[in-house]
Amino acid sequence: MARLFEYQSKTLLKQGGIPVPEGGVASTSEEARRIAEKIGRPVVLKIQVWVTGRAKLGGIKFAATPAEAEEKASQLLGMKVGNFVVDKVLVEEKLTIKAEYFAGLVLDDGLKQPLLVFSPAGGTGIEEIARLHPEKVAQQPIDVLRGFSEYEARNMVIQAGIGGNTLVKLADLFTRLYRVVRSSDARSAEINPLVLTEDGAVFAADCHIVVDDYAVFRHPELGIEVAREFDRPPTELEKIAYRVEEKDYRGTFYFFQMVENVAEAEKYIGFHGAGGGGSMMSMDAVLRRGFKLANYCDTSGNPPASKVYRAAKIILSQPGIKGYFASGSGVASQEQYHSARGFVKAFNEENLSIPAVIRLGGNFEEKAIEILQAYLKGIPGAVEGYGRDDSPEFCASRLEELVAKSPTLSHEVNPVIEPSIPTIAYVFDTLTGRLSIDHGKCAACKTKGCIEACAAKILKLEEGKPVLAMPVEDVRRGKCTECLACEIFCTFHEQDAIVIHLPIPGLKEYREKIIAGGGDG
Amino acid sequence: MYGVPQIQRGEDMAILVNKTTRVIIQGITGREGMVRAQLMKDYGTVLVAGVTPGRGGQDVYGIPVFDSVAQAWEKAGPIDAAVIFVPAALVKNAALEAIEAGVKLLVIVPDRVPIHDVLEIAARAGERGARFVGPNTLGLVSPGQAVLGMIGGRAERAREWFKPGPVGVSSRSGGMTSAISYYLTCAGVGQSTIIHVGGDAIVGLSHPEVMELFEQDPETKLAVMFGEIGTTQEERVADLMEAGKFTKPLIAYIGGKAAKSGTRFSHAGAIVEGSRGSYETKVRRLREAGAHVVESISEIPRKAAELLG
Repeated sequence: MARLFEYQSKTLLKQGGIPVPEGGVASTSEEARRIAEKIGRPVVLKIQVWVTGRAKLGGIKFAATPAEAEEKASQLLGMKVGNFVVDKVLVEEKLTIKAEYFAGLVLDDGLKQPLLVFSPAGGTGIEEIARLHPEKVAQQPIDVLRGFSEYEARNMVIQAGIGGNTLVKLADLFTRLYRVVRSSDARSAEINPLVLTEDGAVFAADCHIVVDDYAVFRHPELGIEVAREFDRPPTELEKIAYRVEEKDYRGTFYFFQMVENVAEAEKYIGFHGAGGGGSMMSMDAVLRRGFKLANYCDTSGNPPASKVYRAAKIILSQPGIKGYFASGSGVASQEQYHSARGFVKAFNEENLSIPAVIRLGGNFEEKAIEILQAYLKGIPGAVEGYGRDDSPEFCASRLEELVAKSPTLSHEVNPVIEPSIPTIAYVFDTLTGRLSIDHGKCAACKTKGCIEACAAKILKLEEGKPVLAMPVEDVRRGKCTECLACEIFCTFHEQDAIVIHLPIPGLKEYREKIIAGGGDG
Repeated sequence: MYGVPQIQRGEDMAILVNKTTRVIIQGITGREGMVRAQLMKDYGTVLVAGVTPGRGGQDVYGIPVFDSVAQAWEKAGPIDAAVIFVPAALVKNAALEAIEAGVKLLVIVPDRVPIHDVLEIAARAGERGARFVGPNTLGLVSPGQAVLGMIGGRAERAREWFKPGPVGVSSRSGGMTSAISYYLTCAGVGQSTIIHVGGDAIVGLSHPEVMELFEQDPETKLAVMFGEIGTTQEERVADLMEAGKFTKPLIAYIGGKAAKSGTRFSHAGAIVEGSRGSYETKVRRLREAGAHVVESISEIPRKAAELLG
């Protein structure tokens, strides 16, 4: 889930008309001083990281003067908290607190409605308070078609025993909070504490908003780089993988790097699952065999061959892994030969030397396994393909045996080589790549098998050469499904005239860095 | 739960879909739509029309394509169910269109549908007495009768993997929906209806709602549920059982035991859900309610055969 930092969340609140303390975010101690000067009153400095309980960690400090703010900021910036290094602090006016409340909005899976939660006892320990005194917590489901009315918000506050001016202010704030949630596609938003000051004003003193990953595309303004849930900043390789996913709506691709530097003495493998449930079951199977995962990857939802190819290339950007394990539920609805072709292209390009066990159970698994066997004979690494009647446990034990044959063998990362496309080639763009046919070679071709291999039927013969049978624009929009069948056929059975270039932005530079860094990665 | 009349049924066992259900595909001319149109048609689903705005007048495997759901209804006759294969960003519009036209069952296949869109679809469906499966679902199949969505992939495979019988299957993992059903078939145990409720946090028909349907179906003698950590679906099934609203034997498996529990960032979520959502709570609640919670998938067919006697 795409979590926003406190300062980002507060920007959204402010835009929605909810009062937040005066302040700004600072990346240097000088900036912190300037913000404190502008505020002209005592300030609080808060580290901007995704952890809870910052006060206990020493991540919240107070300063009476701008000079003190500068000094405190220099203590906070660079501080290490969990897996994060503090690079921003929020500098805000210090509030004179009379009462602390809690307000949160979540999407309830049982009700299938947003649910506003309000507790007049807020601040730290809110969960405990709610558990001990459920009667103090007001909950209000919201009808998304009718919206959230002021009177509904007021009734919640009244139920909590609050009246007067504060009642009106809180109710107004709640209806605005709901609008912020809707307009930012948030999955949750909470204000804790929601502060009532000595002079009767209400302020969102702290706020956390989580934006729906699936709606991030509607919100370029939020600047979310990787809409995934991490308990640390995303790695370079994860960012590369995320960009692939972001640009290709067909199927899903999830990549999580478990370690950045694989210890060669250990039995690390590249892990490539398919579908959440099947991936977890498969992961358990290899872990039981004493393997460790260098990464966790899942391509599912009927991804095209090109996506599986890119996933494999990204997995094989980690040096030191001893094997490659791919396995899903075992009974997949999608045609498994697409994935098989993705593996064929990637493994041949890498000239894979480590063993791989690929469990492709499901529709057309026989054909998928045949593809693996037929087209991966030429690489040094052993590749075995299995189907739905071969359990993950059995497949994991096969990988164990293959790895045991050459225990010191580990994967070396190759540089990314851009394919050379002859200048006279017939070239067209696909949804995420570029396909070229060297027509000069087609004269020697006897079978013209690429035409038949193309499942989407986008090619036709013209004077003995394959050309597009439809407008190039349709092909670019997805009529070419990037199934890779024509390229594989041409490479292995004919003239090697077809090249499909599927770029992975950033991978070339990444691998150069890995190679230059040698064993240190 | 929405007070929808049961679908028209003969003596055939099933919930939600049977061999008389009249179905359309929205997005029939797209990559997935076309392939799965063939699956559904070949399997025997009564596929009466397809809808792709701008493609009216064409046909896909002999199925007429219309520009709108309303037009499809007018020209091709009443529609019981719509299967949606349009890009995620367009799902809300397609779903609201079908609901507005009077379709009472939607199957929303695409992944990555924004959650607020799902809430809006849920609200409109509730108003109009419609239900939906998904999003992020493979769909459902009543073996021997009809398939909605892409489960099985191809008709010959769906026929081989799924056989008619007394077990209702409900799963939150797509791949495991097929896997569990296939292993049941291998063990000689058939299925009444197999449903992938979808992998998202908020789905139309969730496990408890499916269990209520299985309860009403006289031919379903036993249910199998593949649950996962997160959401309150499995706990709500336990609540149903304790309230006497689901009385048939239930075999449950909960995935995600090994997953490290993520740091809870939402206090509000924790306040509302309490300890619900965790592996331990789900297993404990289901066992308390009398479900047979198994530790591995391979136990399911064995246990099912044993319970069916």
